[in-house]
Amino acid sequence: MCAKKVTQKPAEVPTTGHVWDGIEELDNPMPRWWVWVFYATIVWGIGYSIAYPAWPLIKGATPGLLGASTRADVAAEIKQFDDANATIKQALVDADMTTVSANPELMSFAQNAGAAVFRTNCTTCHGSGANGIEGKGYPSLLDDDWLWGGDVESIQTTITHGIRNTTHPDARYSEMPRFGADELLEKPQIAEVVEYVLKLSGQDHDATLATAGETVFLDNCSACHMEDGTGDINQGAPNLADAIWLYGGSRDAITYSVVNARFGVMPGWNTKLTEDEIRAVALYVHSRGGGQ
Amino acid sequence: MSTPEATDPPSLYAAREPIFPRRVSGTFRNLKWWLMALMLGIYYITPWIRWDRGPSLPDQAVLLDLAHRRFFFFMIEIWPHEFYFVAGLLVMAGLGLFLFTSAAGRVWCGYACPQTVWTDLFILVERWVEGDRNARIRLHRQKWDAEKARKRAVKWTAWFLIAMATGGAWVFYFTDAPTLMVDLFTGQASAIAYLTILILTGTTFAFGGFAREQICIYACPWPRIQAAMMDEDTLTIGYRDWRGEPRGKLQKGAIAEGQGDCIDCMACVNVCPMGIDIRDGQQLACITCGLCIDACNDTMDKIGRPRDLIGYLALTDETAERAGAKAKSVWKHVFRPRTILYTVLWAGVGIGLIVALFLRSPIDVNVTPVRNPTFVTLSDGTIRNAYDVRLRNKQGADAVFTISVPFDTGLNAELEGLSGLSVTVNANETLSQRVYLNAPRGSEPATTDRTQVRMWFEELGTTNRVHHDTVFNGKDE
Repeated sequence: MCAKKVTQKPAEVPTTGHVWDGIEELDNPMPRWWVWVFYATIVWGIGYSIAYPAWPLIKGATPGLLGASTRADVAAEIKQFDDANATIKQALVDADMTTVSANPELMSFAQNAGAAVFRTNCTTCHGSGANGIEGKGYPSLLDDDWLWGGDVESIQTTITHGIRNTTHPDARYSEMPRFGADELLEKPQIAEVVEYVLKLSGQDHDATLATAGETVFLDNCSACHMEDGTGDINQGAPNLADAIWLYGGSRDAITYSVVNARFGVMPGWNTKLTEDEIRAVALYVHSRGGGQ
Repeated sequence: MSTPEATDPPSLYAAREPIFPRRVSGTFRNLKWWLMALMLGIYYITPWIRWDRGPSLPDQAVLLDLAHRRFFFFMIEIWPHEFYFVAGLLVMAGLGLFLFTSAAGRVWCGYACPQTVWTDLFILVERWVEGDRNARIRLHRQKWDAEKARKRAVKWTAWFLIAMATGGAWVFYFTDAPTLMVDLFTGQASAIAYLTILILTGTTFAFGGFAREQICIYACPWPRIQAAMMDEDTLTIGYRDWRGEPRGKLQKGAIAEGQGDCIDCMACVNVCPMGIDIRDGQQLACITCGLCIDACNDTMDKIGRPRDLIGYLALTDETAERAGAKAKSVWKHVFRPRTILYTVLWAGVGIGLIVALFLRSPIDVNVTPVRNPTFVTLSDGTIRNAYDVRLRNKQGADAVFTISVPFDTGLNAELEGLSGLSVTVNANETLSQRVYLNAPRGSEPATTDRTQVRMWFEELGTTNRVHHDTVFNGKDE
């Protein structure tokens, strides 16, 4: 793009001697300030490596004169956030659990803190979506079926002490007899009561056996599961008349439950989690859709 | 390695040759003054324009609210999720540069680039304080004495104040200007504001006062990119050597026989802020500011020769004029299929953005189905799906939204933590709300793998109504 044809090289500029398609490379000198900036970066680099951790040693590195440490920075930041959260954590501990949801600030904190606690501690059994594993004994926390109560205080108690564990004296406890394994019921009786349970929950069943099974049920099961099979949250006795089955609702699964019983265990968390963490995760679980 | 006949190798680095542009007047100089006033005016005044948006929104017409991630531009408000508007504007800026470069070469560099505008302003100050070219050269060569120290001190102080005003105006774009102004002077403003001002003051002072043309020559990528966008019809500044050569001084006040029009007065070189000689041809350092045209026309007027020995011309003009034909008019250079195509593309993106802007609803909704798990069975056999709904209220007042699904879907909606189907979203905020859709046991959606659902969101007391299509997952028994 020259209005004037370049017929000669601009004067006094040597070329590098490289030629590509007739285009020569001029060898212009660099600006002097550029060179000084380059020297300045060297000086800066030396100064930096003295002031900050830089040179690798056998173990670790030179610490630097300023004593800078990213680990210490992180620790300080964590402490800063802990200090900043101390007030609201105390407010959560002091709060009445049933009225926390009316306080948006506290509820928002509890939701976020609870979600973090849940992800760290609860997802192993209850799943990252809190939906448990259907039919395998890991309860879903999203539905409205609660073995030990679905109000926020019951959830808090369950988390605090756990269920059927041997480490917490206040753990929720109940135990179903092993009707088959311990020969408390005859095999035909078991078959009959299974048909009756199928009937209770509105599934396909043998009507004749089910009618016979009603007597067996009332004699052996209704103390915990109630006469209508709706269960009792005070004993952790599951509702047999609904659509949710912790260990599966098929004929085989129910038969196994009657013969061998089930004994699901949950650890108590008051030894691992602080009171504010337990309250936060209880509020989090309560707000997943099934809370009562 | 040196041989006896080898000369010393050239130095690897060289000091900058100082440039003392002479004052010039003429068409392009006037145009540059007006443009400078206009652009500096826009830059300094814009943050102070007020624009009423309601009680909960800032009343600054142009505001880049980084803390709340909002961009306000008069009647337009951009949220982070609408960043495609900014992308569109960048596409327009790119196409605009293609257009201007292919039509008029480095017109951006010569007239509009902040580096050019501020350098021009700094040279103006320099001329006021130290005098025109010759006086400045004298002062430059003079030993340091009281006069030189005084003049330098005055010049640098004036530069520093301009630089500080430049950095100071910048921060007003990011927060409420009147509040910040008070805070800045009372020492209440944030550290980042002071730091920004400090950095911009330093760079303006150094780039406008001392680095000047070196920014264009060494630092800026744009001259390199532009070379790829110019063609033989692009207007650049050129010297008509077929008219000017052979150059020579006036002989007894007249052009000697056989000489061209160029009387080698060096006016074009003396006024050049880049310190180049345009008569060497088009070159990388030329920012096409047009001052050499003004200077040369002045000389041509004085010696009674036609103007435009140096002028805006394209490569095709050179060929034409050498052959004795006339150069194409400026309009023919500017309106070509290539530039028209750029204009159409540019306008197309612009119209698209404007249409998108006016089709936007003042409320905005995003529905994310919860997929972990895809559905939940309730104790009565109801199948429930959960959705995380983000409601954005872009208005200056609080709004109540009602959420619903069509009755004929057989689904009913529920809001987590709320008893009704209405939820309040505060002004200028986003609310995250979990919504449940329930399908009774055995109903169509409960037993179908996937059902398409349209969720409706209505703002209470207005006609604002938006919907979002999503999916309901059934148990598929």
